[in-house]
Amino acid sequence: MEGRFDWVGVIDFLPQLGTGLYYTLLISVVGLIIGFILGGIFGFGRIAKNKVIYGLSSLYVEIIRGTPVLVQAIWIFFALPLITNYNMDSVMAGIIVIALNSGAYIAEIVRGSVQSIAKGQMEAGRSLGLSHGQAMRYIVWPQAFKRMIPPLGNQFIISIKDTSLLSVILVPELMFQGRLVASNYFNAVEIYTMVAVFYLAITLSLSFILRIVERRLDIK
Amino acid sequence: MIIVKDLHKKFGNNEVLKGIDCHIEPQEVVCVIGPSGSGKSTFLRCLNMLETITSGDVVVDGKNLSDSETNINMVRTEIGMVFQQFNLFPHKNVIENIMLAPQKVRKISEKESRERGMKLLEKVGLSDKAEQFPSQLSGGQQQRVAIARALAMEPKMMLFDEPTSALDPELVGEVLEVMKQLALEGMTMVVVTHEMGFAKEVGDRVLFMDEGVIVEQGDPDQVFTNPQSDRTKEFLNKIL
Repeated sequence: MEGRFDWVGVIDFLPQLGTGLYYTLLISVVGLIIGFILGGIFGFGRIAKNKVIYGLSSLYVEIIRGTPVLVQAIWIFFALPLITNYNMDSVMAGIIVIALNSGAYIAEIVRGSVQSIAKGQMEAGRSLGLSHGQAMRYIVWPQAFKRMIPPLGNQFIISIKDTSLLSVILVPELMFQGRLVASNYFNAVEIYTMVAVFYLAITLSLSFILRIVERRLDIK
Repeated sequence: MIIVKDLHKKFGNNEVLKGIDCHIEPQEVVCVIGPSGSGKSTFLRCLNMLETITSGDVVVDGKNLSDSETNINMVRTEIGMVFQQFNLFPHKNVIENIMLAPQKVRKISEKESRERGMKLLEKVGLSDKAEQFPSQLSGGQQQRVAIARALAMEPKMMLFDEPTSALDPELVGEVLEVMKQLALEGMTMVVVTHEMGFAKEVGDRVLFMDEGVIVEQGDPDQVFTNPQSDRTKEFLNKIL
């Protein structure tokens, strides 16, 4: 086994993997920011008394949650352009997939956290004359947000790993770049190990940041 | 000050209030007693529309609550409410709990609402706790903060929903003392309570409710010593 693998030689391919890392981070960050906004909107939609808003929000959540990310990615990149006659850039498609997918799960996190705040909090606010919106903003939401942090961190990590599936729609992210190098230079063991290490580095850093945030916010 | 006419409240098919009529005069302290499930808390919660009314009228300070032109948020600023479970905001410290509504609803400056809040804390004997969080206080202290928070809106009347039922026995007294003080100052109060001593000493009138109706009402001494209805007698026998 000695000498069969060229671990030092991997350094030569770091620029390619670096490009992959860049796109993985770009799509994760932009996709999750949009996903968070979507999650906020549709999460409140799932609590809304208005039946149309509730129905549309539920439809969105159920469709996304009920189909695989891989199918969503392929559908948006290969099928959607045939309907709309608009060819999308693969990175753009990747961001849309991550945003839509994480948005549905974050919507459920938002809904669950808001509903977990005791009813008496809203009532106390309303009894003081605050409107529903004010009570939500100043009383319920700050408490719900704290409870959202741990499941939100979980979702961020899942979505980051999901970006690797975007290699099938030709996004030059980490997994795609790794496959490109490995198939050209036959160094699958070294390259795929490196790819795995890169993903681990991203997710472990995120876990670390989240732990600090949780400690700051005093979440038990 | 509060006029209730033929008030009905249904939760689904379960009719909890079956026609309540009553008047509450300014500066009056009315204690509502009765067995659990008799509808007394629901009755209280209808007075500030925390429960929607199925039928009938509740008129507070001349404003009919079921009238679509009534701004319920404005009416609620005139009605303070104190809950069994205190319902302080756990993410805000004591003074912030008190300042929130004056600032956001009455649009009073931070400085002025803080000064007002400190005065109220002094009144309930907790000026040294202003910067503490609710979780650092005892139940009795939390409930006194909740009373101060309600008073910060300078309401014309106060509703108390079993304010001492969640407290350890030795902490009940300090809360009742604050309420008694408030009554002496002329606050209009409706108090749902199991504290018969308080009802007797502070109450101007006692309402006995059972199965969604007011069975008997009158001067506390009269109701307690010489109840007219059998249901009132039975209830009083059980608890006294």
